[in-house]
Amino acid sequence: MPQSAEKVLDHAPLFREPEYRQMLAEKKLNFECPYPDQMVNDLCEFTKTWGYREKNLAREALLVNPAKACQPLGAVFAAAGFERTMSFVHGSQGCVAYYRSHLSRHFKEPASAVSSSMTEDAAVFGGLKNMVDGLANTYTLYDPKMIAVSTTCMAEVIGDDLHGFIENAKNEGSVPRDFDVPFAHTPAFVGSHIDGYDGMVQGVLEHFWDGKERSEAAGVVNIIPGFDGFCVGNNRELKRLLDLMGVSYTFIQDASDQFDTPSDGEFRMFDGGTKIQDVKAALNAEATLSLQHYSTRSTLKYCEEVGQAAASFHYPLGVQATDEFLMKVSAISGKEIPEAIRLERGRLIDAMADSQSWLHGKKYAIYGDPDFVYAVARFVMETGGEPTHCLSTNGTAAWEAEMKELLESSPFGKAAQVWPGKDLWALRSLLFTEPVDLLIGSSYGKYLERDTATPLIRLTFPIFDRHHHHRFPLMGYQGGLHVLTTILDKIFDKLDRETIVPGVTDYSYDLTR
Amino acid sequence: MSLDYQNDVTLHEKLIEEVLSHYPDKSAKRRKKHLSVATSGGEASEADTTDLECDVKSNIKSIPGVMTIRGCAYAGSKGVVWGPVKDMVHISHGPVGCGQYSWSQRRNYYTGITGIDTFVTMQFTSDFQEKDIVFGGDKKLEKIIDEIEELFPLNKGITVQSECPIGLIGDDIEAVSRKKAKEHGKTIVPVRCEGFRGVSQSLGHHIANDAIRDWILDKKEVEFEAGPYDVNVIGDYNIGGDAWASRILLEEAGLRVVGNWSGDATLAEIERAPKAKLNLIHCYRSMNYICRHMEEKYGIAWMEYNFFGPSQIEASLRKIAKHFGPEIEAKTEKTIAKYRPLVDAIIAKYRPRLEGKTVMLYVGGLRPRHVITAHEDLGMEIVGTGYEFGHNDDYQRTAHYVKKGTLIYDDVTGYELEKFIEGIRPDLVGSGIKEKYPVQKMGIPFRQMHSWDYSGPYHGYDGFAIFARDMDLAINNPVWDLYDAPWKKTAARSASIAAE
Repeated sequence: MPQSAEKVLDHAPLFREPEYRQMLAEKKLNFECPYPDQMVNDLCEFTKTWGYREKNLAREALLVNPAKACQPLGAVFAAAGFERTMSFVHGSQGCVAYYRSHLSRHFKEPASAVSSSMTEDAAVFGGLKNMVDGLANTYTLYDPKMIAVSTTCMAEVIGDDLHGFIENAKNEGSVPRDFDVPFAHTPAFVGSHIDGYDGMVQGVLEHFWDGKERSEAAGVVNIIPGFDGFCVGNNRELKRLLDLMGVSYTFIQDASDQFDTPSDGEFRMFDGGTKIQDVKAALNAEATLSLQHYSTRSTLKYCEEVGQAAASFHYPLGVQATDEFLMKVSAISGKEIPEAIRLERGRLIDAMADSQSWLHGKKYAIYGDPDFVYAVARFVMETGGEPTHCLSTNGTAAWEAEMKELLESSPFGKAAQVWPGKDLWALRSLLFTEPVDLLIGSSYGKYLERDTATPLIRLTFPIFDRHHHHRFPLMGYQGGLHVLTTILDKIFDKLDRETIVPGVTDYSYDLTR
Repeated sequence: MSLDYQNDVTLHEKLIEEVLSHYPDKSAKRRKKHLSVATSGGEASEADTTDLECDVKSNIKSIPGVMTIRGCAYAGSKGVVWGPVKDMVHISHGPVGCGQYSWSQRRNYYTGITGIDTFVTMQFTSDFQEKDIVFGGDKKLEKIIDEIEELFPLNKGITVQSECPIGLIGDDIEAVSRKKAKEHGKTIVPVRCEGFRGVSQSLGHHIANDAIRDWILDKKEVEFEAGPYDVNVIGDYNIGGDAWASRILLEEAGLRVVGNWSGDATLAEIERAPKAKLNLIHCYRSMNYICRHMEEKYGIAWMEYNFFGPSQIEASLRKIAKHFGPEIEAKTEKTIAKYRPLVDAIIAKYRPRLEGKTVMLYVGGLRPRHVITAHEDLGMEIVGTGYEFGHNDDYQRTAHYVKKGTLIYDDVTGYELEKFIEGIRPDLVGSGIKEKYPVQKMGIPFRQMHSWDYSGPYHGYDGFAIFARDMDLAINNPVWDLYDAPWKKTAARSASIAAE
């Protein structure tokens, strides 16, 4: 009997005990009707070949292990970045349970959102009644300052009209007439979560800005972060930099406090976020800067339409990307980049110089949202690394072109390949046929690490199986230092593991590296 | 075994009144029917009748906008029933999200080479685009099935798990499945589990059960030499290895588990099920339908059992053994005796650390009642419980488990649960990931009782050791005493602690 009260065995060791191994072996033999081992091994080996890769990359319809989610997730994340805002997702209720779980598993934080709980009758007659009753309930129970409405694919397929429904609900007194209910149609069958983010932020801005007189406040900047699972660390870091510069700025959409509430005995359903009065005032800003181009394409267009200057970045991570961001902010705001920031920059460069021998020539596979992949590929090249595979399931042809331009700009990008629209099962073939030293992405990559033995560095949403990394910044020079250290740790840990065998490999088990 | 305690009827009735007073009138009226206080005590046995009432309305539509914790039919079919069947490929048919959010989240343990001969922790999606909505997705589905056959040839079959749009745009996935099954000589199962069907996960379970009945059972000649003690384990999803920790006991008791549904299951185990002598059902809610069908069609009896905690394990083992007669009964007693020292040691170690601790549960399936006695075996008291998607027959069965005064909440809303927890301030809450962090912020220990909080197994004797250890580590961690900054004790918190 393997289990004992003195030393309680968890699942991992428990099922390795002889009783269980034998039981499972017999189950397989007697009841599972498995394919012969030889057949399984042969296929296993075949999946590592160029032959399998060709078939795998030729897929036209099936997606296997994609690295993207659907629009409303982005809308719910976006809404969480505004003051006391409740997400109200119009459509089937199971979707909302999924968004909340997904966000909670990454942030290790509460994620509040409600559904209009449409069922079969609503599919036939439309969900107006659900909207009318739902808004009244949400408003009464949760006392929000704003309710941000988005849609599941069910409501989109049947063609519910959010604007009309919200008007109707207001007429019926579900919420006061002047209560803010911005909305965005977020069909799951178009784009991905980054487009849902875009739509919701634009919906909020249109709600507050449309028809309003704009009087430009020179030098004032809006920052839109984009869908960012590291918003907690990143937004705070960027605010610190902007404060150091003395810039007058507004973060439009800032979930950094909402997804990092303290434990002190009080559950804060709402915390932080961009204040509604600040959203209104942000119309007057001279410029709006997006930290993630592909997360904000539509919103930025709207900002330009209202008369603001607009510029976008690709997740300002690393040296040159941070340089460019700060110089742009400086140019718009007229504020100089202070010496303190120049010293910070120098410290990052110092760290990179100290460690360059360990990074030079390392090959990487990078996957995730388009701006993230761009940013990491660029930083990797700054350290002398080679971004061999750059993959983004929600990357477009435009992203591919931008990536290629970036990669061609450096000798370290010459051999790089860009994979828009591909999934992680495709990446599995790429890693077998053209291996790399390190894999950078989300938790989903752990299956690639298992199959291909490529060490995974978790640096982007969602991260389910490691805790708290999102509380540290990736952006800015401080963020660069954090990314640098994370990559180095992975390299050193692997080297130590490989050289730890006493009397065999431990001649290289160096104390100082 | 059952602890002797009662809960505070007056407090619980007051809490119900209070939460209802915050709703708009129309919604208060509807929610009132879902909340109650158990009115008199019963015995922890499924067979007995009891005079206890924990009668609430259930299995009806959630109210819009209140933050229901429920999921959808797709979650019930793909997420619960079908997803764990390891040697089949399950296509999340529709847009990318549903498959993405449910990918690898149920912890259905299995053995196999993932991506080669098993596929549980993978996400296969048809990733619907606008053109698929406009022109229909049947052609795409055909191509997807061909691509699966090409790239994953060792799959034993494929299921098509419908997401919302499928039923709305009028796709004929049944026709596609028939055609492709013939072409590839494989089992292909279309499942109409669109998320808008029904009021919760529950209809998805039912639809998934029906799909097994209609598309798998009796479809192939099954060669199998039946034995006298063949049983199927139904409704054990092997979360954290639950089914394995159960199987080992059933085998020790002399039974032959010829199929496990659906944790670590293979298609062969499902096809063979009608040849078994008895269906043992753990999660009644999600799989009673197929048990009833097998009873009607093949005359296979079915029996509910409970492998949480030693009291229920012993009672269940004996009940099962009785069905098979003296030989199995003798082996069963030997098995129970073998594990007795382990049980005694676990209780001796953990009961003093958990005695009198109060627990609120809010889960799905069978757990709102099934885990009650396991807590009581450790001296813990259940003050409130409720089901995400239970039916009337679940609440009837719950009456046998709970004590007088227990707060009962069906399809609880985020608001209600928060207020109930605030008002009762139990020593532990057992619920899901969405509830975990709000509860912990309040300074109340929490365990996820869907995923076992990444631990488990909790079934069987081996699992009980882990369960007891987990309850202890949750409640007795020092972090709960660090919440108040020593220079600023809030009046509210001190008051609520004093009131305990």
